[in-house]
Amino acid sequence: MRRLVKLFLQKPELASSILLLLLVIAFQIRSNAIFLSVDNLRGILGLLPETALVAVGVTLLMICGEFDLSVGSVFALMPMTMAVLVVGGWPFWAAVVVGLLLCAAIGFLNGWITIRFEIPSFITTLGMLFMARSMTVVVSGGFPPRIKPGTVPSWIFTGFVDGGGLIRASVLWFAAFAILISLLLAKTNFGNWVRATGGYLPAAAAMGIPSGKVKIACFMICSVLAGFAGMIQSLRLNSFLPSIGEGMELQAVAAAVIGGTSLSGGVGSIIGGLIGAVLIRVIDNGMVMSQIDANWFKFAIGALTIFAVVGNAWLRRRGRAMKVETDK
Amino acid sequence: MNAPIIETRNLHKWYSGVHALKGVSLKVQKGEALGLVGDNGAGKSTLINILSGLHRQDEGDILLEGQQVDIRSPKDSMRLGIETIYQYNSMVPLMTISRNVFIGREPLKWSIGGFGVLDEKKMRDDSVKAIADVDLHLRSPDALVGELSGGQRQGVAIARAMHFKSKVMILDEPTNHLSVKETAKVIGFVKGLKAQGVTSIFISHNMHHVFACCDRIVAMALGQVVLDKPVSDTSIEEVSELL
Repeated sequence: MRRLVKLFLQKPELASSILLLLLVIAFQIRSNAIFLSVDNLRGILGLLPETALVAVGVTLLMICGEFDLSVGSVFALMPMTMAVLVVGGWPFWAAVVVGLLLCAAIGFLNGWITIRFEIPSFITTLGMLFMARSMTVVVSGGFPPRIKPGTVPSWIFTGFVDGGGLIRASVLWFAAFAILISLLLAKTNFGNWVRATGGYLPAAAAMGIPSGKVKIACFMICSVLAGFAGMIQSLRLNSFLPSIGEGMELQAVAAAVIGGTSLSGGVGSIIGGLIGAVLIRVIDNGMVMSQIDANWFKFAIGALTIFAVVGNAWLRRRGRAMKVETDK
Repeated sequence: MNAPIIETRNLHKWYSGVHALKGVSLKVQKGEALGLVGDNGAGKSTLINILSGLHRQDEGDILLEGQQVDIRSPKDSMRLGIETIYQYNSMVPLMTISRNVFIGREPLKWSIGGFGVLDEKKMRDDSVKAIADVDLHLRSPDALVGELSGGQRQGVAIARAMHFKSKVMILDEPTNHLSVKETAKVIGFVKGLKAQGVTSIFISHNMHHVFACCDRIVAMALGQVVLDKPVSDTSIEEVSELL
């Protein structure tokens, strides 16, 4: 029993799960039960998969010990590239593939430069943040491309899948990716390498793990997920703007950290990143529903980030301090 | 006489202008426990890093059982049967014992192009067995390595090396930062290796630890071998004076 409590306390996503539950209850009461109504949940579930996909990618990369600040720009660049190609006469699916390949290339470049020149990924991806944003505007030619509604099969990504109009296809896409990456992390040798690389690089290197390649792969997955998420958002709104995703990189990092992922690598879980992303959406929406001045949103996210990290560290210490004999 | 299990011929290594190894030639016989001693900067670690694949020599050859080998990476070294245990014990503290035992060499249920699904049951069972084989008793292979004491961690590292049937085990300062009791345990592990026919190279700057478990002492200073004698023909005083 003690052992179970100990394991539970050391789960990095524990603090944020408890907080999420409390907040949902509080918002539900304060908003006179509007918060959990179908109409409101539809709003939350429309936006959630988009930010959560980015958060999942960033979480994976952070577990591997690296950072990506360029996700917000990639979030805009992918749909812009795709839309410009479609307007230029390309078939939809070919344009999607080209857009995702571009994301993969950006991820590769982020990783390769970071590893090859041994510079912090904070710097590499900060540079990429500006470059990718600039490319987005250049690609658009200054005028956002217009795709006539109904000419592309956007329902595959954003159409409602249930009769009640609550759950969009994007939720399923998100669930599929989140499960896939969770399994990758927990059940495969690649996942073991990711945790070892982020957890203690000298040990990973000494045991012959190709840490550089593992990191580059994580950068690529992170970029592709961000671009995919941007595409979903653009298709949902059917507007392709060069400005979407601004500030998203920091929200994604906040989501990962709130969910218990460590900035120094090695610690974290995909489910934690998801909980973090849900928390941010719940706060954003719940504040509006509870008629709190929405300008406090960023304040709340900031405070939550600090609180979650302090809380997680405290819980983990408490967990570790619980004596469980390791010797027989 | 059989070819030495490991032999270096005239190894040289420069680090950005510093001549760290100046022609080191060394033969280690099968089943031998060799103690490698020397002050900081004597070249011990450089020699070990070359054998374990972390660095490459600039000049000279390495022979394994009489065959010339080219060690380009830690993977190459491990494939040739050389396992290295570092003072920081090359374990990831936040991962479980069973995962640490199999880092980089995970047994897979199925795989495509080297990637695949872990055989977690085998990892657990084999790590329990490997740990029991070195006479270390841990309750669960699911405990985090970070929860173990320094001596226990070295025990797990040695168990890992044994599990992968190493021919040569290099122990780089395995007793650093350990308490007296834990040090005795690690020295016990090293003695156990000899009984199992594993060749070992034990590096330390603590003479007492080396003399306690080795057959032969090699001392290095300034990138060269300055003494090479069976332990019975030398003494701590003689070695200390040379360093």
